[in-house]
Amino acid sequence: MTARERGAAIDIKGATKRYGNFTALDDVSLHIEPGEFMTLLGPSGSGKTTTLNVVAGFTDLTSGDLAVGGKSIVALPAHKRNIGVVFQHYALFPHLTVGKNVAYPLTLRGMDKQARDRLVVRALDMVKMADFAHRYPSELSGGQQQRVALARAIVFDPPLLLMDEPLGALDKKLREWLQLEIKRIHRELGTTFVYVTHDQEEALVLSDRIAVFNQGRIEQVGTGRQLYDEPTTLFVAKFIGESTSLRGTAQTSGNETSLTIAGQKIVAKGKLASGGKPVVLLRPEKLSLAGANTPPAAGQNSLTGEVSEAIYLGSGSKYQVTLRDGSVAIVRASLEATPFSIGDTVDLRWSVVDAKLLADDDRADMTMT
Amino acid sequence: MSQTSHTPTAGDENPRPSGAMRGPQRRLRLAAYPSLLAMPALLLLIAAMGYPLLTVTLRSFSDPAWGLQNYVWFFSTPVNVTVLWRTFSIAAWVTIVCVIAAYPYAYLMTAVGPRLRLVLILCVLVPFWVSGVVRTLAWVILLQDSGIINSVIRLLGFDGVKLIRTQTGVVIGMAQVLLPFMILPLYSVMRGIDLRLVQAARSLGARPARAFLQIYLPLSLPGVFAGAIIVFILSLGFYITPALLGGPRSTMLSTLVQSQVLSLLNWGRGGAMGVVLLVATFVLLALAAPLMRQRHKQASRS
Repeated sequence: MTARERGAAIDIKGATKRYGNFTALDDVSLHIEPGEFMTLLGPSGSGKTTTLNVVAGFTDLTSGDLAVGGKSIVALPAHKRNIGVVFQHYALFPHLTVGKNVAYPLTLRGMDKQARDRLVVRALDMVKMADFAHRYPSELSGGQQQRVALARAIVFDPPLLLMDEPLGALDKKLREWLQLEIKRIHRELGTTFVYVTHDQEEALVLSDRIAVFNQGRIEQVGTGRQLYDEPTTLFVAKFIGESTSLRGTAQTSGNETSLTIAGQKIVAKGKLASGGKPVVLLRPEKLSLAGANTPPAAGQNSLTGEVSEAIYLGSGSKYQVTLRDGSVAIVRASLEATPFSIGDTVDLRWSVVDAKLLADDDRADMTMT
Repeated sequence: MSQTSHTPTAGDENPRPSGAMRGPQRRLRLAAYPSLLAMPALLLLIAAMGYPLLTVTLRSFSDPAWGLQNYVWFFSTPVNVTVLWRTFSIAAWVTIVCVIAAYPYAYLMTAVGPRLRLVLILCVLVPFWVSGVVRTLAWVILLQDSGIINSVIRLLGFDGVKLIRTQTGVVIGMAQVLLPFMILPLYSVMRGIDLRLVQAARSLGARPARAFLQIYLPLSLPGVFAGAIIVFILSLGFYITPALLGGPRSTMLSTLVQSQVLSLLNWGRGGAMGVVLLVATFVLLALAAPLMRQRHKQASRS
């Protein structure tokens, strides 16, 4: 049996959930491939956890459909869905040992003791907790508890595993290590994983694809690279990675949009299909700094500003440049680039093709923490 | 409020530096002898509990003469042994009734919103504020042969039930009085149970009833035990309710003690009864302790 065959495809179609006047999920549709690692990413209250609870069967949909492996499971109660769930706060049964916690789903399925013990050992081995079978959950650290919870969720071999911010309560080091563990387990099992997080870095590390949620809707679905390089909305652009957004007086001519910012004119390819106010989005590594007197190369834009922060990062440098209109640009420079210090007047340069033109959206600002 | 609590500290530390020096020192001394903090309660317990208990015990061996004659009398009189047994049996019944009535109620308290919870808490506490005598007299009216309960039963076409002056009547009345002592510890334990555990059990394949029995119930048992011990022990010493609601066939030990001491002025025999009840209670608790200690350890692991 190949890894891919063990996972189930998931189809969420027009999922809507209302609580009184509040719409937690607004017509969400999402297809997840068998064996895929899909991350639902978004700020708190964006609907990602609601989506997970709907799939798990803890929350009923107001309207819409949900299918796992091609079969609609909307009408099935949670205990008949055969879906593994890992909770943020572990949710291990405190009155049972680690071994009995992991054996619990097998006991429910009426498995005999021998087969049960074998599967429990295998699951605990997979999360490297086999030596702890006789301990109680309270005798374990947070990271160990979460690994046991993971073992308990995979021991009955579900075709789909849901994880709700499973690393949210752990410190950074442990989190990074467990991310790699989860990736390894996903590879070994071939189960479809749906992972909820608000941490974009975690999403990039783990996922095959990421669905970015905002205000009960999906903004964009794609690989990490697609979301970073080709964001379709300003919200996605700001949520994934660092970026600089430039606003100014806009003019469209042909297939080019120009912005005038504090008297200086820059151009970007394309124009907004929807109309609306354009924003030019730039990633830090696409930007470079030049002394104020060096002329820009062909096909480059240039904006004058002042270095307001210079940080040496070892592998390179990071600059904050305050432009004349008061907006701040973030620049990542390589080691070879000419160093600048705070207070220097510099020109911010980038190739016209590296800029991304997006529609302005004031919702995007609330995500920045 | 905040001003009045702030002023003394400022006055202490600013104008008199020596006073500021003494403050931390005194605090240090108190911290070194935490038992000092328990002194007021300890003194009260010794004066109001320890001394009388000692006197009662001494008298049971020395009144009217030194020896075991009071205990020999107690165990050689069949009525006493019957009443002792009945006292424990009534206490057990009251405890069972309280557990059955309190468990769903306490669970409901954890499940409802804050406003409804307040109402439920008030429903528990308001009878608490009414004197026990008044409540018991209310039960006399409810339980008597021509009372409301019997009227309703007869209205439905059944024969009337004898409730007043029976053991059933005593159990009903006592359970009502003692119910808060069961509900409150249960509620405090249930409030601490993470309901996501039940959700987790469901995701692992447990039907709701099974998730409740295998996950929620075991985690709530410490509350059941805590409440049960309080109710059981309080039941053993109940006097007013059995005296008013019970008949000669539902006399409890406290009534016998009362008649020995106050009617017959037989302090030695009354004391012996008290000591027998006390020792029997201790023995019972010692027997139940291993069971409860285990449960408790498991609960503290959460």
